[in-house]
Amino acid sequence: MQADRRSFMKAATLGAAAAVAAPYGFVKSINQAWGAQSWLKKGEPIKIGLLFSLSGGLAVPEEDSTLVMQYAIDEINKAGGIAGSPIEPVIVDAKSDFNVYSEKTKELILRNRVVAIFGCYTSASRKAILPTVMAQNHLLYYPTCYEGAECTQNTICTGPLANQHSKDLIPFMVQQFGKKVFFVGSNYVWPKESNKNAKVWLEKAGGELLGEEYIPLGGSEFGPVLNKIREAKPSFIFSTVVGASDIAFHKQFKQEGFKVDSMPIASLTTGEIETRAMGNEFGAGHFLSAPYFQGLDNPTNHKFVEGFLKSKYGKNGTTHYNMEETYLSAYVFKAGLEKAIAAGGIEAVTPRSIRDHSGGVRIEDAVSPEGLIWIDDQNFNTWLKPKIGQCQADGSFKIVKSSAEHVAPDPYSIYPDLGKCTADGLKAADGKVRKSVI
Amino acid sequence: MAIGSFFTSFEWSAFINALILGISIASIWLIAALGLTIIYGAAGVINMAHGEFIMLGAYSSYMLQNFLELPFVLCVPASFLIVAAVGLVLERGLIRYLYKRPLDTLLATFGVSLVLMQGVRLIFGSDPKYIAVPPIFSSNIQFAFVNISVFRLVVLLVTMAIVAALWALFYRTRFGVQVRAVMQDKEMAASFGVNADRIYMLTFALGAGLAGLAGSLFGVLNIVLPTMGTAYVVQAFLVVVVGGGTLAGSVAAGGATGELQSIFAYFTNDTFARFVLFVLIVVFLRIRPQGLFTPAAKRR
Repeated sequence: MQADRRSFMKAATLGAAAAVAAPYGFVKSINQAWGAQSWLKKGEPIKIGLLFSLSGGLAVPEEDSTLVMQYAIDEINKAGGIAGSPIEPVIVDAKSDFNVYSEKTKELILRNRVVAIFGCYTSASRKAILPTVMAQNHLLYYPTCYEGAECTQNTICTGPLANQHSKDLIPFMVQQFGKKVFFVGSNYVWPKESNKNAKVWLEKAGGELLGEEYIPLGGSEFGPVLNKIREAKPSFIFSTVVGASDIAFHKQFKQEGFKVDSMPIASLTTGEIETRAMGNEFGAGHFLSAPYFQGLDNPTNHKFVEGFLKSKYGKNGTTHYNMEETYLSAYVFKAGLEKAIAAGGIEAVTPRSIRDHSGGVRIEDAVSPEGLIWIDDQNFNTWLKPKIGQCQADGSFKIVKSSAEHVAPDPYSIYPDLGKCTADGLKAADGKVRKSVI
Repeated sequence: MAIGSFFTSFEWSAFINALILGISIASIWLIAALGLTIIYGAAGVINMAHGEFIMLGAYSSYMLQNFLELPFVLCVPASFLIVAAVGLVLERGLIRYLYKRPLDTLLATFGVSLVLMQGVRLIFGSDPKYIAVPPIFSSNIQFAFVNISVFRLVVLLVTMAIVAALWALFYRTRFGVQVRAVMQDKEMAASFGVNADRIYMLTFALGAGLAGLAGSLFGVLNIVLPTMGTAYVVQAFLVVVVGGGTLAGSVAAGGATGELQSIFAYFTNDTFARFVLFVLIVVFLRIRPQGLFTPAAKRR
């Protein structure tokens, strides 16, 4: 009886273990089968996924991202594609819904077999899809600014990090307008992390933080915040308010009698599109830190602005930093893929090999509207020159300061204790390397 | 000590400014809620498309200003008429078949809200639009330490005027008597010769029109986007639910919630103020689920 029960338990345990293990073996074999099937074939189009929202609250910036990507792809294809193959975009609508973002990511990778995904505008959507991207060892081009504090082996970012964004802006504003600052932001992760960074620069510049207020995402009532600012009397306001709220903020700033000459807003987001939506009179005089402005005076940018606005994708009538960073991501992809093909042939290319060959990729002045940039070979963010622009009465931005040197991207600049982001993972002080940290 | 550092220091001038701001916030919430109050109070329809009516009002103003070059002051009443017409068509085409099924109106109007939002997106695109106003509206008034922006004052005055006009309409006209009769008992009113169908139609159009008017004002305060209505509709529903669905109730509820929001925001911050306000509203509705002022008579 005893023995019987024991043998039964044994069999049951084995059975259970087999049942648990089976799917893994199965999945693994599928992966191997897919591994054998190459991602790219000679002469066939190179499929990439464009994962942006074309409807819902995020459609305002993300629709432009889709359009500018299509423009860049057309441009690359007209010039002969990549290694003779044209790029074919698979365009999906993420509907401003984080569940849809992650569903569509799976679909793009497993069904459409795209070799890279270009997508997301908010950190929230990026964090929603990264687990899938990393599990599939795939590749995400994140083409806008973000807060850093991530070290994955599957992303390439072409926008500025928080440490690059406010490095020049805060000292510049302190020098021009005075030491007292008031922080206003939208209530989510990017503004809070950006403000942490800004505080570090503020301390170095000898400034003083008078207050820090957050408004719900999409909120439009700035009365109470402006009331507090009126009492605090700062020399300038540092704003990380995004989207529709940002427009309401600038409008109410003027409507409540604040004067831009004595207390300007220094923003990380208020660019050409926002200014046009709020009306030039509400934007004029305020400052923006970004690597790109439509008004940049160089032949590449003139060509980009003219070409884009005349093309069928230029219906929104403007270019701005977010679009330019997205445009660059297409060329970073092209350069990385060309290196990967040169290294092992087109059949051997995997999303991961494109990423591994993208370290140190340079986009020269002749291609990059913002001027030369290159991808860091450790953390795969972008070396760029942040610039400060002041909005003029006609809604264009005048560059008042341009960083002389390229600024290094440092995703862990305010968390030095956590370690340093290297190509293989986050390397802590004790030498341990953690992969895929988000 | 913890509490002391949690609250900002108290100053009379700032506090009085916060109180004045509270009145302004209240007027914004109230004007957003007036159309909803009428549609819910008179017709008993929970109109989920209310936010989209607000959005349509803003787009009407944008259109009139950019294509017909109408001055802003005329755009506001014109938006009322345009959105009222949309409401009328909607009532005749859809809502009137659903009066006996209140839960279906909820779903139907939610569907309508999606259709309107995507329709506007198809026509105008999803990039934000801009409504220009006379320069006087983007200035502010200051005496001693009291500050208020001209446009907030305009919204406040328009709200007060509309509340007065609605009160006169409901309590001083023949139409108002009919509306109240239908609200109290549709069958009885009908048996006395009141055309209840027509009353419902007109009140729905009136409510939609008021949302449109609010929208044309919000387009100036905020941003004109296909999704802009959703930001106001939550506030509007809160005011209506706390108020109990009557005009007096909405005025009181709008005033109280707006003022409390401003006071809490003064002492803590905007996010925390919203949290406290919503908790208070939940507690209030637990104690008094019917709202502040409810019509005494029988409801359908």
